[in-house]
Amino acid sequence: METLYAVLVDPFVQMASTPDFFIQVLWEGFVAGVLYALIALGFVLIFKASGVFNFAQGIMVVFAALSLVGLVELGVPAPIAFLLCLGIMLVLAIGVERLVLRPLVNQPDIILFMATIGLTFFLIGLGELIFGGEPKTMVTEALFLPTGSSVWEPAGLGPDGEPGFILFQHLDVAAAAIALALVAALGFFFSKTRIGRGLRAVADDHQAALSVGISLNQIWVIVWFAAGVVALFTGIMWGARSDVSFALEIIAFKALPVLILGGLTSIPGAIVGGLIIGIGEKLGEIYWGPLVGGGIESWFAYMIALAFLLVRPQGLFGERIIERI
Amino acid sequence: MFYREAGQFKTSYAADQAAFPLLEDRIGIAILLLVAVIAIPLLASNFFLNTIMIPFLIFALATIGLNILTGYCGQLSLGTGAFMGVGAYACYKLTTTFPDINIIVWILASGIFSAGIGVLFGLPSLRIKGFYLAVATLAAQFFLEWCFIRVPWLYNNNASGAIEVPTRTLAGIAITGPTADPLTRYFTVLVIVSVLTLLIGNLIRGRIGRTWMMIRDMDIAAELIGVRPLAAKLSAFAVSSFVCGVAGAMFVFLWLGAAEPSSFNIRLSFQILFMVILGGLGSMAGSFMGAAFIFILPIVIRMLPAALDLDIGAATAEQLNFMIVGALIIAILIVEPHGLARLWAVFRQKLRVWPFPY
Repeated sequence: METLYAVLVDPFVQMASTPDFFIQVLWEGFVAGVLYALIALGFVLIFKASGVFNFAQGIMVVFAALSLVGLVELGVPAPIAFLLCLGIMLVLAIGVERLVLRPLVNQPDIILFMATIGLTFFLIGLGELIFGGEPKTMVTEALFLPTGSSVWEPAGLGPDGEPGFILFQHLDVAAAAIALALVAALGFFFSKTRIGRGLRAVADDHQAALSVGISLNQIWVIVWFAAGVVALFTGIMWGARSDVSFALEIIAFKALPVLILGGLTSIPGAIVGGLIIGIGEKLGEIYWGPLVGGGIESWFAYMIALAFLLVRPQGLFGERIIERI
Repeated sequence: MFYREAGQFKTSYAADQAAFPLLEDRIGIAILLLVAVIAIPLLASNFFLNTIMIPFLIFALATIGLNILTGYCGQLSLGTGAFMGVGAYACYKLTTTFPDINIIVWILASGIFSAGIGVLFGLPSLRIKGFYLAVATLAAQFFLEWCFIRVPWLYNNNASGAIEVPTRTLAGIAITGPTADPLTRYFTVLVIVSVLTLLIGNLIRGRIGRTWMMIRDMDIAAELIGVRPLAAKLSAFAVSSFVCGVAGAMFVFLWLGAAEPSSFNIRLSFQILFMVILGGLGSMAGSFMGAAFIFILPIVIRMLPAALDLDIGAATAEQLNFMIVGALIIAILIVEPHGLARLWAVFRQKLRVWPFPY
């Protein structure tokens, strides 16, 4: 009975008694969710266009952020370093298409998946070789990102009717805004431009796209570059919130449940999935985590995703799986 | 010329269905076993046994375990490391609770616990397929890893949070623990791995293995002709986890000597998956080749700079190691996506038709 109370009632009592803290948790979860969504977006872009489950997305985030910081440390002004990083991601995209994707075309999915894990190892080694293994600080100010925080004190939301206390990091606000802008830009790019239509055609049917004259190789370079750009933005945001180090690689594992929750092929799915996982994870960790000893962040998201999958095996927004013999 | 079936007539069904129908194959296997049983113990140093042979055999067994699930039944799994961990922790709990029963019994019994957990996490595979399932097995990986850290009961509440292997004996000879001789451990591993390989090999050639392969090739078609997906998939999860659990128990008890939760992290899962893919999906021989390749390659790369008198720092060597392994994996996938087993098959075909290529 006590266990039931602790699981089913007590967390909600806590939420209701300190609404300001609850809102704070929601906000933190929202920001984390937006950033998860960004990583998941990188996966979705590549999966849609080439059917490759790109495990290297996480390390691309680290690699992009490290390149940026490394260039700035060399004395390159931050905006120019940013542009150079875009160049690096383009070179990476072309390299991957040339050296990995093209020779492996038409292989089973799992082979391509393994190849991206090989790519992950390669990039880890290369990144550490060039930039060293120690964590670095993201050049937040030089990129004109806001720092500091502001406090919102809504009346009556604190404990016992006192004014609440909700802290907004300016960086988090900026991160959310940039992420939303990026998603909007990608959405526009996909639906309105010629290349975007080409991408969608390839996503629908490789053979048909080839037969109307769309170059698959070109499309692959473009999606890998787009995923690289997304990785760069993600790297900047995550890097600014913590340090830039190879530990960031694990955020890729955070993006996987987001990905399957939203459906592997859906951009809105990545966003919604990211928000559900981000907020769910924070709420679970704060209100239910202490019951089992804490640290449940590492697997809680997977359990949420698994629960959704059992109801909808293709994810929330995934394409319906039609099976034929 | 060296290797052909011509002239080898089968006069009974039993002979026709033998595991190795060709005389040359039987001779090859016998030579391999002789090398493993006689030549290696005579010639190898303790260092060689400890750093290469014992882990190679254990990894080969784990690879066979994952190969059952991914190679034969087509269910992609990223939770192998955690299933090995379940075996290791189960064995630790069993042998500390009942110290009088022989450790080999417990090593094998710990596989049963691993199988149970495997079936539990295999349940979603009935609805979820492909990469969705891969991510679902990641749930097992992270959840079990969390359990190894957060449930003190599993490591008997000791302060370090790690499991230490106690000394256990068979007929007065220490098999596990710090006093165990590498040669003893090598023979123990060799026997367990050989017996399990033989059993699994026959399981795969029989009815159960065929239903797994039917599920892999096209699950709906298999269902339509009367294969029960529930039984087939869950049995694949059970057998695979059993083998992985035994491998995990040996991993700690006969090789590492002590383990902490991070020994069974996602890296281990990926390492085993690499062994399966590079060795060849759905091939027993490939499992051994893949394990040998992935396990020994980094050791060789680490030794190379010293052998060539190159002076590069340990950190640089480690980073180069990562790069080379990653690049080699991609290169091998490009050259032969079906793995080393296919290379071996091609070579065997060459032998078969030599000296006339047509």
